[in-house]
Amino acid sequence: MTASILTVDDSASLRLATRIALTGAGYTVAEASDGVEGLAKARSCRFDLIITDLNMPNMDGLTMIRQIRQLPIQTGTPIIFLSTESDDGLKQQAKAAGATGWLVKPFQPEQLLRITQKVLAR
Amino acid sequence: MSEQDPAAAFRIEAADLLDGIEQALLDLAIQLDDRDLVDTVFRGLHTLKGSGAMFGFDALAAFTHHCETAFDRVRKGQAQASAELVHVILSAMDHMRALVDGDAPEAASDAILARLHAALPADGAPAARSPDISDAAPGQRAPEIAGWRLAFRLPPDAMANGTNPLALLDELRGLGACRVRALASDLPALDGLNPQHCLIRWEVELDGAIPREAIEDVFIFVMDDMEMQLEPVTPSVPDTVNAPSSLPPPAVPEPVTQKVETAARAVPRAGESVRVPAERLDVLMDRVGELVIVQSRLSQLANSPFSVTAGNAIVLRSIAEEIERLVSEMRDTMMVLRMVPIATLFGRFRRLIHDLARETGKDIELVTEGEATEVDKTVAEQLADPIVHLIRNACDHGLETAAERVAAGKAPAGRVTLTAAHAGGEVLITITDDGRGIDRDRVRAKAEANGLVQPGQALSDADLLHMIFHPGFSTAAQVTSLSGRGVGMDVVKRTIEGLRGTIDIASVAGAGSTFTLRIPLTLAIIEGLLVRVGTGRYVIPLTAVEECLELTAHDDDRSRGRSMIRLRDALVPFLRLRDLFGSTSAPDDHQKIVVIATGGERVGLVVDQIIGSHQTVIKSMSAVHRPVTSFSGATILGDGSVALILDIMHLVALGQHREARLRAVG
Repeated sequence: MTASILTVDDSASLRLATRIALTGAGYTVAEASDGVEGLAKARSCRFDLIITDLNMPNMDGLTMIRQIRQLPIQTGTPIIFLSTESDDGLKQQAKAAGATGWLVKPFQPEQLLRITQKVLAR
Repeated sequence: MSEQDPAAAFRIEAADLLDGIEQALLDLAIQLDDRDLVDTVFRGLHTLKGSGAMFGFDALAAFTHHCETAFDRVRKGQAQASAELVHVILSAMDHMRALVDGDAPEAASDAILARLHAALPADGAPAARSPDISDAAPGQRAPEIAGWRLAFRLPPDAMANGTNPLALLDELRGLGACRVRALASDLPALDGLNPQHCLIRWEVELDGAIPREAIEDVFIFVMDDMEMQLEPVTPSVPDTVNAPSSLPPPAVPEPVTQKVETAARAVPRAGESVRVPAERLDVLMDRVGELVIVQSRLSQLANSPFSVTAGNAIVLRSIAEEIERLVSEMRDTMMVLRMVPIATLFGRFRRLIHDLARETGKDIELVTEGEATEVDKTVAEQLADPIVHLIRNACDHGLETAAERVAAGKAPAGRVTLTAAHAGGEVLITITDDGRGIDRDRVRAKAEANGLVQPGQALSDADLLHMIFHPGFSTAAQVTSLSGRGVGMDVVKRTIEGLRGTIDIASVAGAGSTFTLRIPLTLAIIEGLLVRVGTGRYVIPLTAVEECLELTAHDDDRSRGRSMIRLRDALVPFLRLRDLFGSTSAPDDHQKIVVIATGGERVGLVVDQIIGSHQTVIKSMSAVHRPVTSFSGATILGDGSVALILDIMHLVALGQHREARLRAVG
């Protein structure tokens, strides 16, 4: 069974780039364009990995991560957040919210795949 | 194709982002302390920068970073939003658009940034940090290492937060031969156990000359919060190094070594794409599916070995009917696909008004109504320039200065109102200002000076106002930089007429002017009424047809000379198309009158026969036929012959004009 990944980003081009990279590597990809939609999809089915932006309209990434961590269906689901800053404070905030790891924008598809493989291993 | 190209998708997205930011900025200019708007602007800039850097728009990312930093400070309360800041960022928007399109002048960037710094002084934070494109941490080469001894304990919430300890061990195994020992001494008794808590300690012996960073890289996401001892095993004397949790935070995990190549410039610009709701595409897809089925029925029939029989003639007819229905539905769906809300057009004018207000020093507010009105995409695009010109005119010539307005007993702020609405098959757009109105005496003087009218020649008010549409006409004593751009009202009129539309003026001295544009909804295909006059066939646009009547011999005789019919207590003039087109064949016994109307005026057209409704694909006439009046285009009928499309506006005007002349004569 291929791993299913949810990508949450308000930037359609970024979602497209992510989808191309991930589907090209054989993953199944679902998309959401903000935290509200991301949370709704996370409620509806279990994902093997969630990749999310932090800065989004309607519900920001931190709030969404916190809420996803309350969902029994997503127990232990790795959550990677994307950030344009390697800002330590933000990293700490995101980790405190329950994020597993991060990826700094801009990134290459190979970097995305490496991180994906890393947190999806087993 | 752009569907699969993230850089092309980014261009479209960037255009949307920039539009969104611009609207928020314009709102912010009115309410400088609105935190939601500040957030919206910041978020837009942030996304633009992040995605721009992703897809190789480095100059855009670097430039946007400065604007983002400025708004970040406003967002955090470290600085105040000001009218000047909003204005600078608005100019920056234009530069960003140019950067997205790749045709930005290099010098512009520094000039705008200088203004940005001036607008937001006392800059505490380092403003000029380019977006994060970190380099790899330089690797420290550990000399002569035979392996590592490593003891670690993950933070208790690691598993709950998505870290899989077994995956980390697998990664270590990937580095070299591994011996792993799990120490469960910290685990509580079963009844006190939380299965999500990670309390196991691990000891790992790793063989091989592995760089330290490779091991740290495995733990990169948990490094800050975990306990770890890492000792190199050297072949000779073991040298213990403790690396507790106080390790400096790791560098960026994956160094960026190269950028995404800037996408080819040949990709379509954002403005050339249409966003289509999915359900409309689904409808189109359904029709295409049905059409394929009908097509296979037709092929089957064509390949049948039997000659034409009554039976398969019926089948053929039913197929023809089916195709007709499908094509007509597809045409309608296709038309709807091309429709865009006029809000996309109106949105641009807010910025225009903002700029005009600054340039003229007048206080101007823009009111828009009917933004949801949908128009054909091509129409919307072609309308932009004429409306820009009309708005410029209204702001420049129409609206008075605040002092003049107050003196005239008006509110100090001038108002420009844009409305859009559907009226039958047309869309009605009005541009209204509450300024001083058009000065008829000056129009008259100018027209006489230019030889457009003779001194003393009688002119109706409408004709006088329409003088401003003559080429080269300009009443402004001095041509300002705003309206005097070489594009005259004649160009506006020509553009509107090119869209088969009309433009009208109403103006009240001291109270303002209204320009009314009527534009057909779509350009390519119209519903027409096919009629015959003599041996020729003509199409009357169905939207203009009010009703069809029979011209009785009695009416015909009685109306000789005056060409009027009585229609429910109203007299309607009519035109005999036979006479107008010089038809020589004998008229039919039962001629028909098609009553057409536009702009409140009605005229009857006498034809020989009404053939029926006809979906008319409009073909424009060649340059040779340009002087031809009475016809707005041509179309090709099912049998391959040509039918001319009647120019309703012209015919109604002609009918009314003749009637007026007859009335004047007697």
